[in-house]
Order: sequence, then C-alpha cells, then structure tokens
Amino acid sequence: MNIRMISKLAAGAAVIALTAGAVQAQEEVEVLHWWTSGGEAAALNVLKENLQKEGVGWKDMPVAGGSGVQAMTALRARVTSGDPPTAVQMLGFDIKDWAEMGVVGNLDELATQQGWDKVIPAALQEFSKYDGHWIAAPVNVHSTNWLWLNKAALDKAGGKAPENIDELIALLDKFKEQGITPLAHGGQPWQDGTLWESVVLSTGGMDFYKKAVIELDPESLSGDTMRKVFDTMSKLRTYFDPNFSGRDWNLSTALVIEGKAGAQQMGDWSKGEWLRAEKKPGTDFVCIRFPGTQGSVLFNSDQFVMFDIGEEKRDAQLKMASAVEDPAFQIAFNTVKGSVPARTDVPDTEFDDCGKKGMKDLAEAASGGTLAGSLAHGHAQPGAVKEAVFDVVTQHLNGQLTTEQALQRLPEAVAAAQ
Amino acid sequence: MTTIEPVPVVEQRRSGPSFADRLRGTLPKIVLAPSFAIILVFVYGFILWTVYLSFTRSRILPVYDLVGLDAYYRLWSQPNWYMAMKNLAIFGVLYIGLCIAIGLFIAILMDQRIRAEGVLRPIFLYPMALSFVVTGTAWKWFLNPGLGLEKTMHNLGWESFKFDWLVNTDMAIYTVVIAGVWQASGFVMAMFLAGLRGIDGEIIKAAQIDGAPTVSIYRRIIIPLLRPVFLSAFIVLAHMAIKSYDLVIALTGGGPGNATELPSTFMYSYTFTRSQMAVGSASAVMMLMGITAIIVPYLYSELREKHQ
Amino acid sequence: MSAAQETVSAGSANTARYVIYACLIILALLYLLPLYVMITTSLKSLDEIRAGDMLALPRDPSTAAWVKAWGEACIGVTCGGIKGYFWNSIRMVVPAVVISTLLGALNGYVLTKWRFPGHKLVFGMMLFACFIPFQAVLIPMARVLGTFGLANSTAGLVFVHVVYGLGFTTLFFRNYYEAFPDELVKAAMIDGAGFFRIFWRILLPSSGPIIVVTIIYQFTNIWNDFLFGVSFSSGEASPMTVALNNLVSSSTGVKEYNVDMAAAVFAALPTLFVYVVAGRYFVRGLMAGAVKG
Repeated sequence: MNIRMISKLAAGAAVIALTAGAVQAQEEVEVLHWWTSGGEAAALNVLKENLQKEGVGWKDMPVAGGSGVQAMTALRARVTSGDPPTAVQMLGFDIKDWAEMGVVGNLDELATQQGWDKVIPAALQEFSKYDGHWIAAPVNVHSTNWLWLNKAALDKAGGKAPENIDELIALLDKFKEQGITPLAHGGQPWQDGTLWESVVLSTGGMDFYKKAVIELDPESLSGDTMRKVFDTMSKLRTYFDPNFSGRDWNLSTALVIEGKAGAQQMGDWSKGEWLRAEKKPGTDFVCIRFPGTQGSVLFNSDQFVMFDIGEEKRDAQLKMASAVEDPAFQIAFNTVKGSVPARTDVPDTEFDDCGKKGMKDLAEAASGGTLAGSLAHGHAQPGAVKEAVFDVVTQHLNGQLTTEQALQRLPEAVAAAQ
Repeated sequence: MTTIEPVPVVEQRRSGPSFADRLRGTLPKIVLAPSFAIILVFVYGFILWTVYLSFTRSRILPVYDLVGLDAYYRLWSQPNWYMAMKNLAIFGVLYIGLCIAIGLFIAILMDQRIRAEGVLRPIFLYPMALSFVVTGTAWKWFLNPGLGLEKTMHNLGWESFKFDWLVNTDMAIYTVVIAGVWQASGFVMAMFLAGLRGIDGEIIKAAQIDGAPTVSIYRRIIIPLLRPVFLSAFIVLAHMAIKSYDLVIALTGGGPGNATELPSTFMYSYTFTRSQMAVGSASAVMMLMGITAIIVPYLYSELREKHQ
Repeated sequence: MSAAQETVSAGSANTARYVIYACLIILALLYLLPLYVMITTSLKSLDEIRAGDMLALPRDPSTAAWVKAWGEACIGVTCGGIKGYFWNSIRMVVPAVVISTLLGALNGYVLTKWRFPGHKLVFGMMLFACFIPFQAVLIPMARVLGTFGLANSTAGLVFVHVVYGLGFTTLFFRNYYEAFPDELVKAAMIDGAGFFRIFWRILLPSSGPIIVVTIIYQFTNIWNDFLFGVSFSSGEASPMTVALNNLVSSSTGVKEYNVDMAAAVFAALPTLFVYVVAGRYFVRGLMAGAVKG
C-alpha cells in the first residue's frame, strides 16, 4: 500500500464524510404543484410525510388555479432565472415541451436500479421518458371517461345505470322530474373539454376518437359523427343548472354529493372528494364509465418531472423519485386521490370497488388497444392544439357558435394551432 | 394622428441649461442616471426583446431564430383575438365613459360643502385600494345568479327578477364593466374633486352675481375649466382599460366561452398557457402600439405646450 | 378656493341639499356593498351562508372564520393560515415603497430644477414606462433576476416593484415640483447651498402632500400585485395575494366562503387603512400637482 493510495482513500473518506454531513444538514425538495383542493392536498401529504421520515424536508410551492395555468407561469419564471424547483407536477405533452428545452434532469440510474421499465406501462413511458431517458416519475393514472351518480337519486329514477347516450338522456330527464339539477357541470374550458372527449368516445368509439383527436383527421373533425357529438353537447347543456359558468369541478362534485344534482361527468379524481365527504362507493355513489364508453379508457397521468438542479441537490431529488415509485406510496396516494397506480405490479386489494374497476379497465384497455390519451388533460395533443379545441367546444357549449359553425371552425382552429 | 414620433428635443436645446452652472451640472445627471438606465433596460430593452420574440417561433420558452411575420399571421387568424379587440372596444368605451361621468357627478355633489365629506370620500375611494384578487370572490358571488343578487331578490319576494349577466355570453362583458367602474370611478372622482377645488372661486362668484343658475355655471364655466382633468382621467383610464387583467380573471376567467377575452388575457394565455409565446409577444406588440397611439400624442402636446 | 355654490334662496336650496345628500348616500351604499358582503359573510357560519341571503346581517356573529383564516387554514399541504404571508408582504412593500418614492423625488427634482438638454425626452421616456403591460416583462425579468442571484427572493421582488414604480413616482414628483417656485431654489443656490442640501432643506420639507399621494399609490399597487408575486416568489416566501389565491382555491369539497372572505379582509386591511387614514391628503395631493394637465 503506497502513499498515493492512502491519500486517495483518505480523500475518498473525506468526501463521503462531507456529503454525508451535507445530507444530514439540510436535504430538501421543492415541489411545484396545483393540488390545492382537499382530496388532492391530502393525497400529496402522504408523500410529504414519507419523505420527512427519510429526513428530506418538503418545501411546498402550491400555485392554485385552473389546471396549472398560473403554476406554468411561475415555472417559466423559475426556469428562466436558472433556479428551477426540484420537481414539478405536470401532464403529458407539457413534459415533452419542457424536456425539449433541455432543462430536465435524468433518472436513468434509479429507474434501471428499480426496474421501472418493467412495471410502468408503455403508454406512460411515452411521457416519462424523453429521447430514451427517464425524466419524470409517474404518480398515477387517471382516467377521464367516468360518470358519477348519486345513488339515492339513481335509485329513485329506477336504479339502472345508463349504458348509452340515449339512456343517459332518459335518466337526466328523470332527475329533472325529481327537481334536482340533472347534470352538475362546471363551465371552465378544460371541464367542457373533458365532457366533450367522453361524448366523442361514446358517439364514435375508440377508432373514431383516435382518428379525430389523436390523428386530427380533418374529415373526422367536421363529419357527421362529429355533428352528432356537438348535437349531444347541446342537448346535455340543457341539463346544467344556471350557475355552472366558471364553477370549479369540486364544487360540482359537492352538488352531487349533497344530492342537489344527480350526476357529474368527471375524471376519477372526483372520487377523492366523495371519499373525503366519507361517502362509500356502491352505497352513496355509483361510478360507471361514461355511457357508451365501457371497454375504452382515456387516461392522463400526473407525473413529477425532475428538473436539472445540480449535483448537491440531486440526492434529495432521487429520494423523492424513489419515494414516488414506492408501491406502498402508490397505494396510499391513489386510494386517497381516486386514481389508479402508475405501476402495474401493485395489488388492488386496498382499493375500493371504483378503484378496482379502474385498475381492471386500464389493464384490459392497455392489452386490447382501446387505451388512448385524454385530450383535455394534455395526453393527446400539445397545449396549443388542446386549447384550440377547447375554444371551439366551449364557445359551442355556451351558444356562441352553432353546431354548423363549430364543425367548420374545429378543423380550422386545429390547423392554425399546429 | 397615431404615428410614433419622438418628442423633439433639438429645438429645446437652444433655450439652454436652466440656472445650473456648468460645474454643478453633472451631479444632477449622476443622480438621475441610475433611474434612467433602469428604465432604458427594463422597459425599452424588454420591449425590444418582446418585439424580437414576436418574429421568432418561440413556443414554451424563448428561442431566438427569426422566422419573419409568422406570429402576426397566426395572431390575426385567431377568432379569439378579434373577440378580444371587440371586447376591448366595448369595455374601453363604457369603462372610460362611465367612470368619467360617475366620477364627475360624485365630485360635483361632494363639492357642495358636504358635511360628511371626510366619511364619504374614503367610501368612494376604497375600491381602488383593493385588488380584484381580494374583491373578485365577493363580486363573483354577488353576480352569480344562484347565490347573489338574483337569489336575494327572489328571497325578498321578487320572483321574476333575473340577473344572469355573469353566465350569459352576450352580457358577461358588461359585468366586467360594472366591476371596473366600481373600482376606478372613485379615483376619477378624487381627480375631479381636486380639479374643482383648484378652480378660482372669483370666476364663479362673478357668474353668480350675474344671476346665472347653478346648472349653467357648471355647464358653461366649471366643466370647460376642468379640461385638463378630463384629459388626465382619460389617459389614466385608457391605460387601465388596456392593461385590465385581474378584473377579468377574477370575475369570469375570460368566459363564458371567450365572451370576456381582452387583449391582456389573450396575451397572457398565449404566452404562458398555450405555449405560443411568439403569438403572445405579437399581441403584446399590438397592445404596446395601441398604448403608444394614445400616450405619445398626449405626451407630445403636454411637454411642448409648457415652458415656452 | 372651494367651488361650492352660494345658496340662491333658502327653500329651494334646502330641497336641493336633500337631493344631494340622498344621491350621495345611495351611491355610498352601492360602493360599500361588496365590502359589506365580504365582512358580514366572514362573520357568518357556513350553514347560515348557505341558507340565508347575502345581504342579511349575521344572526350570530362569530370570529371563528377569522381565526381560521389567520392561523389555521390550509394552503397546499401546509395548514398555517395566512399570517406568515402577511408579513412577507410587509417585508416586500415597505422597502419597495420607500426606495421608489425617494428615487421618484430625486428624479422629479432633477427634471424640474436642474434641467439639462433633453430633459423632456428623458421624462417622456420615463413616463411611458408606466404604461407597459407587466405580462410582457415576466420572462426577461426572470432572466435578469436569475443573473443577479435575486431570483425567488424578497429582494428580487422589491427590485421589480421599484423598477416598475419609478415611472409613476417620477411623474408625481415632477409635476409637483414643476409648480414649486424656482426663485426659492435660486436664492438658496446664491447662498451657496448644494444640490442635496437644497433638496433636503427646501424641497422635501414642502413635499408632504405629494409624498402621501405617492406612498398611497405605490403601497396599494405593490400590496395588491399578484402577477409579479406569483412569478418571482414561491412557497412560504409568497406575498399575501398569492397565498390568498391559493387559499380561495383550496377547498375541501365544501367551499368555506366565510374563511375565504375573512382571508380577503385580512389582505385588504392594510390598503384600506392607508386609504381611510390618508384619504384626505390624497385629494389635497392630487390638487397640488398630480392632476395638473
């Protein structure tokens, strides 16, 4: 053993000691998110507590407001100033956009070590990876084509869950007779879009959805099937209450929970609100696929995109990514939030009936080719196209465009945004 | 006249340095220099940067390769942009007109040797003190047909009362006007009140001695004397109208549909949420041109008239 | 100097006065309505809000919502109310107002009493700065703050507010000093007083009204700012308006209108206080120059 070697060892030991010291001193992750509603914040709290157990501090950076609008502004400012947060809640194509700017980190090592490739479905990897490298840790899989019914109201109306649009309309008529708001809807562009994509899927089936929404085929966007979609939207519009404009989704959910409304079309995050109100699936509420869409799943996945924040903070970042993919956390988080785990190897025993159904539907859709990204939640098209579709759908729903005009405007708007 | 012209300085140069002698001449400039430099960089530099971006293909973050007028073509092919312009016209005219009319009306009333002026003045002024982030919640609630005014009237027994402007695509922009006027008219009132207090009492006394009725004294003498205040109020209101953002976001978020889109909300959403930064920049350039068209002639005439 | 009218005949004048008072009182009530709704709602219980109408006085006023908003309400995953953010705003507003007012006063002084060739162009350019839409400067500003190491800090926010307040403060002081007699300055100069001495001893002592206007204006604008706050600060360093926005959107299925409103009232208190206390000087200050055409 020569002197050089000893000095190397000593230096190595010093480095280890130093980093260990630094780790103990203050490890912290800063997390930008817009999960400020009750069920969402409760779910996120699980992650915060798990990290705290490992000695990693949580610096919360909540920026509330319509599906992350303000949050993305704040993120731009942070990235431009060269001081990005550790992790940012993000959806679909936004992830690709940010990855393209070369500001995100790399999780390859951790992913290989923990075998993410095998347990995370390919549909999610599409967004969690950029250029073959892991850049994000998927938290969950949401699906948007759900209908939530108040069980008492449904029982009063005959108790049979609708299986297609016509049955849905008949049910809504019965709700109307009961003197409650038939369909609780919040008039915000993304909510209008969420309803619209379910109607598209129900009216034309998965092939049509893929052709119109994923491939943006101009004929599909203006054809007869799409006409039926817009007509259905107009029809559904007549079942809203007069206060729907601008209402947050969770307030609409609350209407159904309180029995003031019969049904709500919303993604499975809606279940988080039901659970927080201590309601049980099957006894207080009923979750079904949006009528006519059983067998198909429109998904979106919340992911924590890990930004490039430099070596000294990387350790905490990796710990967070690892904590997100921890199966126990996946269960704890998703049972609260209403979504299903992003990992396919998580057992469904802890989940309630709706959660079990969600996991089963997802697995079937993934193997049967009827799984597609949700447009309204950024998993089908980049932001510009998504917003262009929202424009048309929202204006049509609010009576600013006739069906005829909407059919003409839709392909135009989509083309202009590309 | 709406072209951008530099304020002429050259002709002023002959009038020479005021009373500062050469030795002391540099210190004032040194004092002013940091502020001016800051303005040059952070206002004019950033404007140039925005103009540059509008000629690029920037989407999510700035990129710097020029592609010509692409963003402007996109901008002017957006139905939303036309809606924003149309709404700005409606909003601007009503907002400025009503603020001035109501502000002047209250100021004249307040100028009648009112006993409780000290109590009333802050009541009219306070809306200006509150941001719409604060009052938006109250306003939204107030205007919401199911919770606010309409429900209150129904409770009071007026069953047929209907006030659903907030959710009505044709009327929503007028709710924005109402809230905007509520916020700014008190400030305009203060400006007019200051103007009224500044008028030489002798002129009015003379008219009264001639037996002129109060109304015509106001119409023929006082209001014309307030011309400069009208102009200041117009400038202040015009720029607030163009910049109005919180107002719309707090009340309607631009909806229902795109019924309350304004250029400022358009710019924000295209730059930050729609990842079309170049289009957003192009709309910012349009807004700046609009502001310039209003402000520069005003500055020009203001700065030229004085000190001749 | 009041423009109020002498009465013509006692009888008709009395009627006229009743009309004037009636108009003013009705208008005042309309203006107060939103504030009234905010305050009464914050004192009601949730059940009462849902059942009753918003104009009714609280049956059983309770400050529970206020306590909750101040110290317990959840913002994101932390439940500590808005009190911390309140102090953040104070820490940001005070230096920003002081610095921008002082710079504005000096600028106004130079631009009126120490004129140099091109002073009008300089003033015109500074004035135009008031009119730039703030959304347009966010990204480049973020870059600059990052370069200076000021990103995501209170110092950075102070800097931003000073920069975009300079146009206004300079305008106010410039117009005010424009009317200040040159003779006094000249006399002091003959007595040998220097640049700063004249400013401290002669102009500043008589600048009371315009300082009040400037402070009111800057204080309200900076306190109420949301856009810069949300972009250039984060998490627990956020100013009040950002926290308020988060709080109002942080609903637990049941929207707690009373807590939202109480938080809004807290956010409004400082600016309301400033307007009510200094309101009378505001009109006086406007008279003294800011409004001059």
